[in-house]
Amino acid sequence: MALKIIASTCTGCSACEPECPNVAIREKGGTFIIDPAKCTECEGQFDSPQCVAVCPVDGCIKKA
Amino acid sequence: MSANATFVSIASLKKGQQAVSEVIETGGGCGTTGGEGKASCGSSDGQGDMPAEIWDKVKNHPCYSEEAHHHFARMHVAVAPACNIQCNYCNRKYDCSNESRPGVVSQKLTPEQAVKKVLAVASEIPQMTVLGIAGPGDALANPKKTFDTMSALAEKAPDIKLCLSTNGLALPDQVDEICKYNIDHVTITINMVDPEVGAKIYPWIFWDHKRVTGVEASRILHERQMLGLEMLTARGVLTKINSVLIPGVNDEHLIEVNREVKKRGAFLHNIMPLISEAEHGTVFGLTGQRGPTAQELKAVQDACMGGANLMRHCRQCRADAVGLLGEDRSEEFTLDKIDAMGDIAYDLDKRQAYQAKVELERQSQHQAKVDALAAQLDLDNIDPDMTVLMAVATEGHGKVNQHFGHATEFQIFEVNKDKAQFVGHRRVDLYCQGGYGEDEQLPSIVRAINDCHAVLVAKIGACPRDELKAAGIEPVDEYAHEYIEKAALSWFGNYRKRIANGELRHVPRGDAEIRQGALTAAAEAEA
Repeated sequence: MALKIIASTCTGCSACEPECPNVAIREKGGTFIIDPAKCTECEGQFDSPQCVAVCPVDGCIKKA
Repeated sequence: MSANATFVSIASLKKGQQAVSEVIETGGGCGTTGGEGKASCGSSDGQGDMPAEIWDKVKNHPCYSEEAHHHFARMHVAVAPACNIQCNYCNRKYDCSNESRPGVVSQKLTPEQAVKKVLAVASEIPQMTVLGIAGPGDALANPKKTFDTMSALAEKAPDIKLCLSTNGLALPDQVDEICKYNIDHVTITINMVDPEVGAKIYPWIFWDHKRVTGVEASRILHERQMLGLEMLTARGVLTKINSVLIPGVNDEHLIEVNREVKKRGAFLHNIMPLISEAEHGTVFGLTGQRGPTAQELKAVQDACMGGANLMRHCRQCRADAVGLLGEDRSEEFTLDKIDAMGDIAYDLDKRQAYQAKVELERQSQHQAKVDALAAQLDLDNIDPDMTVLMAVATEGHGKVNQHFGHATEFQIFEVNKDKAQFVGHRRVDLYCQGGYGEDEQLPSIVRAINDCHAVLVAKIGACPRDELKAAGIEPVDEYAHEYIEKAALSWFGNYRKRIANGELRHVPRGDAEIRQGALTAAAEAEA
């Protein structure tokens, strides 16, 4: 259970990085990636995945 | 060229260098009395009745003082890419089209890179007095990056004024930090005070770990903006309110916005035209929401004249802009070039000497305007309230000193026998390219200044001269290299005399077009 960032649509804005409660997001080559081992899809933590809620590009973050 | 495009050629960069050594500017500025003041930013009263401590904060700030924007440079560093709201005039694939220009991507910097860049620019350009963080996202949605940059600069370059821009959502939580680093200017973008209006502008906000949509989103944003503004006013931080004029959405509503922000102590209100073209990929661009015409913008600005002080000289610069407003030198200070610079010595003496020189030159220009006003005659058969707009081609220094064909923007002055007041600027496509006039550009230039009776230039070719005359705009080159206000008033005195003699008839002018493409065309041409 994890989310992934579609690199081709990521703007590299970094909005998702500090919102992740699991510190699963980091920059790589100008865009951001999610560590699937750390991602919980925010289940039990928030109503919806924080990275998806803050991302300005619809559809950029999907289920892996 | 990279995506980090610039708006100026090498030739105009050299002119920028010249600006460092030869600078003269107009008297006057943002005369105000604070919360209750009603003078506009185009006032020629200089300090006027402004308290000394406030005048000291604004007189050398190019965004807060119309007069200062010819002498002093501001610089933005793009350390804050993240945003916490979505606006319909913004496509995050590029930069925020409000605080930055659409279709042009900033070079993102870490706080360390940003500090080095600021020190390098400040050492090279002594008129760089202001450092802003304005995105490309929201400065306060990136608090660590923003305040790491600010704290280092407060220590290493204490004479540089710090400012930041925000949509206001996170503002109330950050007021203490803002005060801690002596950030004494904050810009808040406020497009509405009615959440129903806001719902047409903001599809969502990210708030309290949730994406909030609809009227509720705008209600929260509005409450946070008003609270943040009140808190800044209470702490003595000067605030500028930016509003994007969106015809049919918030045009008349901005008069109410002006009233509400003035009530809460806003120092300056800057009403800017929506920038919206389909290729920017914004919601408004794709739905065909148009921007305002020049006279629509001026009408709303004029309607707000009695409220918070209006700023009319905003050029909607980019988040990584370097230079005087309207001039971009960022290409001289790209990351590669700054990395290659090594250690940077910060020359405070050179900076202070420059600023003292400007002070003297401002006074001499102010005197020229006072003299020109005194020379206006009363003419019996002329309406004493007759007012015209004039377009001016200038490279800065407050003078009519640019060739018509080299102008990428015209300054617009409103002139009658009692005043010569800057009221805005119009971007145009360059007429002269490669030494030859581009005749297809001319009609678009005429449309951009179509509400003006005359255009003041240093020089103009025969062909555009004839076309302007045919369009009813008088090309004027006899005041080349004179101070703008003095030139405008001299021409106007002469114009009234010619009407009194029966040589010509005064005919009102029509509306003009805000040439949206010109905002990005220059960048694309160099890309």
